[in-house]
Amino acid sequence: MTTYDVESGDQVHPGQPVTVDRYTAGARLNHWITAISLVLLALSGLALFTPSLYFLTGLFGGGQWTRTIHPWIGVVLFVSFFGLFVRFWRANLWKAEDGTWMARLRDVIGGHEENLPEVGKYNAGQKVVFWAMSILILVLIVSGFAIWDQYFAQYTTIDQKRWAVLIHAMAAVTIICVWIVHVYAAIWVRGTIGAMTKGQVTGGWAWRHHRKWLRELVSKK
Amino acid sequence: MANFEFVLPPAPTKDIKVGLGDGDLVKRSASTVSPPAKALTPVAKLIDVSKCIGCKACEVACLEWNDKRTPVGVNVGSYDFPPDLTPDMFTVMKFTEWVNPETKNLEWLIRKDGCMHCEDPGCLKACPAPGAIVQYSNGIVDFDHDKCIGCGYCVKGCPFNIPRISEVDHKAYKCTLCSDRVAVGQGPACAHACPTHAIVFGTKDEMKKHADDRIKDLKSRGFANAGLYDPPGVGGTHVMYVLHHADQPQIYANLPKDPRISPIVELWKGMTKYAGLAAMGAFAVIGLVHHVVTGANRVSPEDEANAEKLTGDRR
Repeated sequence: MTTYDVESGDQVHPGQPVTVDRYTAGARLNHWITAISLVLLALSGLALFTPSLYFLTGLFGGGQWTRTIHPWIGVVLFVSFFGLFVRFWRANLWKAEDGTWMARLRDVIGGHEENLPEVGKYNAGQKVVFWAMSILILVLIVSGFAIWDQYFAQYTTIDQKRWAVLIHAMAAVTIICVWIVHVYAAIWVRGTIGAMTKGQVTGGWAWRHHRKWLRELVSKK
Repeated sequence: MANFEFVLPPAPTKDIKVGLGDGDLVKRSASTVSPPAKALTPVAKLIDVSKCIGCKACEVACLEWNDKRTPVGVNVGSYDFPPDLTPDMFTVMKFTEWVNPETKNLEWLIRKDGCMHCEDPGCLKACPAPGAIVQYSNGIVDFDHDKCIGCGYCVKGCPFNIPRISEVDHKAYKCTLCSDRVAVGQGPACAHACPTHAIVFGTKDEMKKHADDRIKDLKSRGFANAGLYDPPGVGGTHVMYVLHHADQPQIYANLPKDPRISPIVELWKGMTKYAGLAAMGAFAVIGLVHHVVTGANRVSPEDEANAEKLTGDRR
């Protein structure tokens, strides 16, 4: 059996309760830099997206500062997310059980884990979030450069900029929706947030939500 | 009227209400304004391309009045100088050497380029900063630099490629139609300086009437397609051209034939904004409702026991 579902640093500690190392300090730091960047980008972006949220420019020191700083935060996010991508992409490859999991989305939403197939480190929902984030961030950075007029105005035509600004807005709306799903899932599934704060989850959490991953870790020991 | 008699433009109208203030705004970027109690008479600048001699007095007058300077440049193979609008150059004469396919005559077309002051301004529609772009009830579209954030959205909104972003203060600049002069009953500096009355300024009705006279004159001289450029796609403009070949405006240094705000910009500023806000709101609400209905997804003691059993077996 292949083991690319297990990432470096993942480890089981037997005991009462069992604890499982899920994210290394590096991965957590990497995640939170990305997370903070994404939140700042959403706030500064939404400020310029609709007049009703223009007041958010106040958080960044006014309109000029918001316009100046937004693309730079975007660069930070891109670089930071690239780190996450390198860490996580293998474990996010689509597997046979992911199709079954997706087909039983009704049970997922209802919280009936017993009807779902055993999944590895990430379930199909998490994988969709991962790949959606990856693609959207790529779209956002490319379209973002096309409208970063302070430095790159001469490289695109006005019509290309019009497309870029439309695509940038649509991709931004989509990624905010994906982000809401991501954050909501972490809150709804209790015991998840500790994975990104302390780096650990309980054995029961791993048994309930990522049993295949837990079995793999145990068999590896 | 004798056909070849020189027709003078009407004298400047004295009853153009002076003092353009916040109370005269009909449109304000990223804001809604209630229409002013008393609208001003719409004004217009009429540029008669057939009378322009390319002297560039208008360019100089514009620089002088706006206290701008443009550095000494290089010859780019035409009389255009600077070759294009800049943040400091609100108007540029565009020279085109055009061979009329019907007469085989070389025609030297000289069009004064600059802001058209659209009735439906794309720059204003695109602008995200409240009040950075305004339109007065007399039709003048003006930039308020204190509120401009330099994002360049106006550049994307404009169907005429007019606004330019300064690399010095990162704010957008364009022709103001000398709103500061009009506010005190004066015409624009360029019109004032024009030695042939190719540029005239007055109420829009007067300018249209004057244009009619000019077009009649041009038609009598063999320019069968002479006409007024007041494009309806942007609701008409407050800077209009008399063109000897109004059927093909694009020969005048790419003056757009049927300018309108790009549908991409309309989609961006319309549907995308409303659908986007609705989608984000819907996702948040669905999450909230879901949590209330299903409750938290908690790990049970049995789950922990199973994990202990699993790890215990292998120990």
